[in-house]
Amino acid sequence: MNKIVVGLIFGAALGALDGATAWFTPAVRTMMTSIMVGSTFKGMLVGLLSGWFARKVDSTQWGIVVGSVLGLGFAYAVAAMPSENGQHYYLEIMLPGFVVGAIIGFLTQKMGTPAPVKRSS
Amino acid sequence: MELSDSVVQHLREVVDLPDLSGTRYVLEEEIGRGGLGVVYAARDTQLDRRVALKAMDAAWAGEARLIARLEHPGIVPVYETGSLPDGRVFYTMKLVAGLRADHYAAGNPPLGERLRVVQRAGEALAYAHSCGVLHRDLKPQNVMVGRFGEVYVMDWGVEGVAGTPAFRAPETTLDERSDVYALGALIRFLLPGNAPPALAAIAAKAMSENPRERYDGVAAVLHEIERFQDGLAVEAYEESPWQRVRRFAKRNEVLLWLLAAYAGVKFLLYFLRRS
Repeated sequence: MNKIVVGLIFGAALGALDGATAWFTPAVRTMMTSIMVGSTFKGMLVGLLSGWFARKVDSTQWGIVVGSVLGLGFAYAVAAMPSENGQHYYLEIMLPGFVVGAIIGFLTQKMGTPAPVKRSS
Repeated sequence: MELSDSVVQHLREVVDLPDLSGTRYVLEEEIGRGGLGVVYAARDTQLDRRVALKAMDAAWAGEARLIARLEHPGIVPVYETGSLPDGRVFYTMKLVAGLRADHYAAGNPPLGERLRVVQRAGEALAYAHSCGVLHRDLKPQNVMVGRFGEVYVMDWGVEGVAGTPAFRAPETTLDERSDVYALGALIRFLLPGNAPPALAAIAAKAMSENPRERYDGVAAVLHEIERFQDGLAVEAYEESPWQRVRRFAKRNEVLLWLLAAYAGVKFLLYFLRRS
């Protein structure tokens, strides 16, 4: 399985799990479906880009850094959108998004087959 | 005429030295002495380079032919063979600058480096077995670690070599599993006192008295060492559940830290919200 597919699968799974934890915030329970869909999509985007990066650069440290920056960036984009009650949840979305991004970045470095070496003719 | 003791001693030493007149080599110094012959450093006057020259009884002439068949980065290449006026034979080979594995281990290198030496030596041994050649006398004194980390297995034994007691398999008819025994003894020798029990178990299995209880071949030993280095369970060692958990945690240390960080963040947010 190539690293981009690994990123997409783990991104979707971890994104969905992260979104599901919103259930512990009673104020947003009514928006669970949209949160989970959004979080899954966000995770897949981070996974896609982290997987692409992992095909280019073989470094666990850089994988974690890039994954966490991507996670933070996309989480900011989501948090910047006001919720149905008009509130912003910057801390609640960005902090876990940052760590989930780091995990996805790590997993794309450790799992999946690297890009084949191009032979020059 | 009476000769002094020192003169007699000198004559004894000189008479042992190979007479290299008529060859392209000039003798420099003795660098080692084994069961089959004496190894000298010599200079190749045609190519102007230093070589190792092994002089031995003609009965062991097959050794050079044996080694010359083996072309592997872990086996010292033979350059030339020849005969000496006193009936002995010699062969020249690459002069390896480095330390014998026993001297290397005395320098207390890290475990990973010790295992690398074992793996490189094992790869050379596995290659030789694939060519139908046994070593018959693998021991730390026959493994050289070069200045740049290269590892060479030396002194390939020929039929009739007795081997060295601490590294020799107990059976009388030697085969590939006898070299597996010697490799196990080499592993045990190179392991530091505080070596992980899994590695000690690999050495012990390779050194089983019964050849059928040893690993099938050198490749199987190397595979076990690789598994150990990858943080996986090894066939030779029965782990307790606690050891299994510790090995898993060590192998997945970064991932577990990241998951712990996620759980920490979630707990922090939960308690911040409640307060």
